[in-house]
Amino acid sequence: MIEIDAITKRYDGITVVDNVSMVIEPRTVTVVVGTSGSGKTTLIRMINRLVEATEGAIRLDGEDNRSIPGYELRRRIGYAIQGHGLFPHRTVAQNIATVPGLLGWTKARTEAKVEELLTLFQLEPKTFGPRYPHELSGGQQQRVGVARALAAEPNVLLMDEPFGALDPIIRAKAQEDLLAIQKYFATTIVLVTHDMNEAFHLADKIAVMDKGRVVQYGPPAELVRAPATPFVETLIGDAERPFRLLSIAKTGAAAEPGEAEGEPIREDRSQQEALADLIWSGRDALPVISRNGAPMGRVTLDAILKRAARPR
Amino acid sequence: MKVWVPTILRSLLLLVLIAFLVSPDSFEPLLKPLVQPNAPAIYNQGSLLSLTLLHLRTVLIATLAATIIAVLLAILVTRPFGAEFLALSRSLVNIGQTFPPVAVLALAVPAVGFGEKPTLIALFLYGLLPIFENTLTALTNLPRSVMEAARGSGMTPFQRLIQVELPLSLPVVVAGIRLSVVISLATATIGSTVAAKTLGEVIIAGLQSNNLAFVLQGGLIVGALAVLIYDGLSAIEAMIARRTGAA
Repeated sequence: MIEIDAITKRYDGITVVDNVSMVIEPRTVTVVVGTSGSGKTTLIRMINRLVEATEGAIRLDGEDNRSIPGYELRRRIGYAIQGHGLFPHRTVAQNIATVPGLLGWTKARTEAKVEELLTLFQLEPKTFGPRYPHELSGGQQQRVGVARALAAEPNVLLMDEPFGALDPIIRAKAQEDLLAIQKYFATTIVLVTHDMNEAFHLADKIAVMDKGRVVQYGPPAELVRAPATPFVETLIGDAERPFRLLSIAKTGAAAEPGEAEGEPIREDRSQQEALADLIWSGRDALPVISRNGAPMGRVTLDAILKRAARPR
Repeated sequence: MKVWVPTILRSLLLLVLIAFLVSPDSFEPLLKPLVQPNAPAIYNQGSLLSLTLLHLRTVLIATLAATIIAVLLAILVTRPFGAEFLALSRSLVNIGQTFPPVAVLALAVPAVGFGEKPTLIALFLYGLLPIFENTLTALTNLPRSVMEAARGSGMTPFQRLIQVELPLSLPVVVAGIRLSVVISLATATIGSTVAAKTLGEVIIAGLQSNNLAFVLQGGLIVGALAVLIYDGLSAIEAMIARRTGAA
């Protein structure tokens, strides 16, 4: 659990982060969104003390993050950034072994960890381990960057626009991978982005920042249903509201008993995908199946449209 | 095929240089037409080989000292506590470069006497600037995301310097050393005006006795050394740059 308690950061009298308090639950994905200059990057950099707070405190599992030296704190917290920041003079394996090396892990333990992570990120250890970062594609570099951040098995992973430099197709894949890995390691992830689609796709909770303040902090659906300020409304976008609601709900939740013709849809697909399927194939209903293919009834166009309407 | 031409030319140059240094007399017929009858065509007041080695030794010592001081200075002024000295150290090093080596020699002789010492001082001062400026440029232009990642992964400032900043700066530092060495190789010749044992002796002897062959062989040896060392260091530089992914 990360408790951010009335944290403020000022640079030469200019307030960048203004009295922010929030509690981030363990094993969740929290996404901090906002325009550039809203203080979102400064906020997460205060968690691992790359930036020192002017006022207030941050506690990790109850322990003040100033109770140990900054560099020791940062070895316990994963940190992944835009443009990956891989060390160009070190191989992929050496890059991933950075923090274990700083912590003085044994060679065997480090090697096992590097292999596990490379495999997890679908990079064949024997092929990719000895390569240098410039020999990888952008997507592969980004994956190695995240693998490096996770190498010392941190409880908390901070990510500063980690997918910002990727093209849309690789980005979607990277987001899927991140969610899978978050489940696998049960890591608490705090991610900064300015991409609302990304935020809605990944977040258990979204914190919206505007001019140094957190103006709203809650589950994605709440932001759509009850935006706290006009800024939040603008950020979500008038024309996007119904689709945002559908994008965060699973098709299974809208399923009802009954029959339908044609290609089925899996229950763990989003309702937005179900709607797209319905419109595109010109049907009124889709059969729904479970993850292992068992029939679960159907989902109708009406049901979806009702769910996309303004909540009353 | 064209790729091999420079390599072949360099090896040829090296072979000719070695042959000339080991057995200068066999080149006498080539240089004979340049001198008056009865005058010697090959330097005869000492061994060319030992002069060359002494010349190289002087340059090596001066460059080594300049490298150590310049790199340390550049590291110092790029740390947070040394930032105030950046301007001061820049002007100090610049003075070293603008001060003519001849003037340094003239000033140093009364202080340290004749011989190798004043030459080493002049070469050291003259060689500082390229190394210092290059190291400074390299250390201040490291990729931001890499430095950020180094801090974010929990390296201490010293670990960042040793494990990230210096290895990534190395190609540019070597380029500075390369410039410094070439300048020093040429400048070392004037050390012979204050009795340092360098190839300048050959050139000065030639000028004094109006012997064009002496001047030419002294100059050519220095030139060949400069070209070969320059190329050698360029190759090392390229190798390091490839490893660090810069090239």
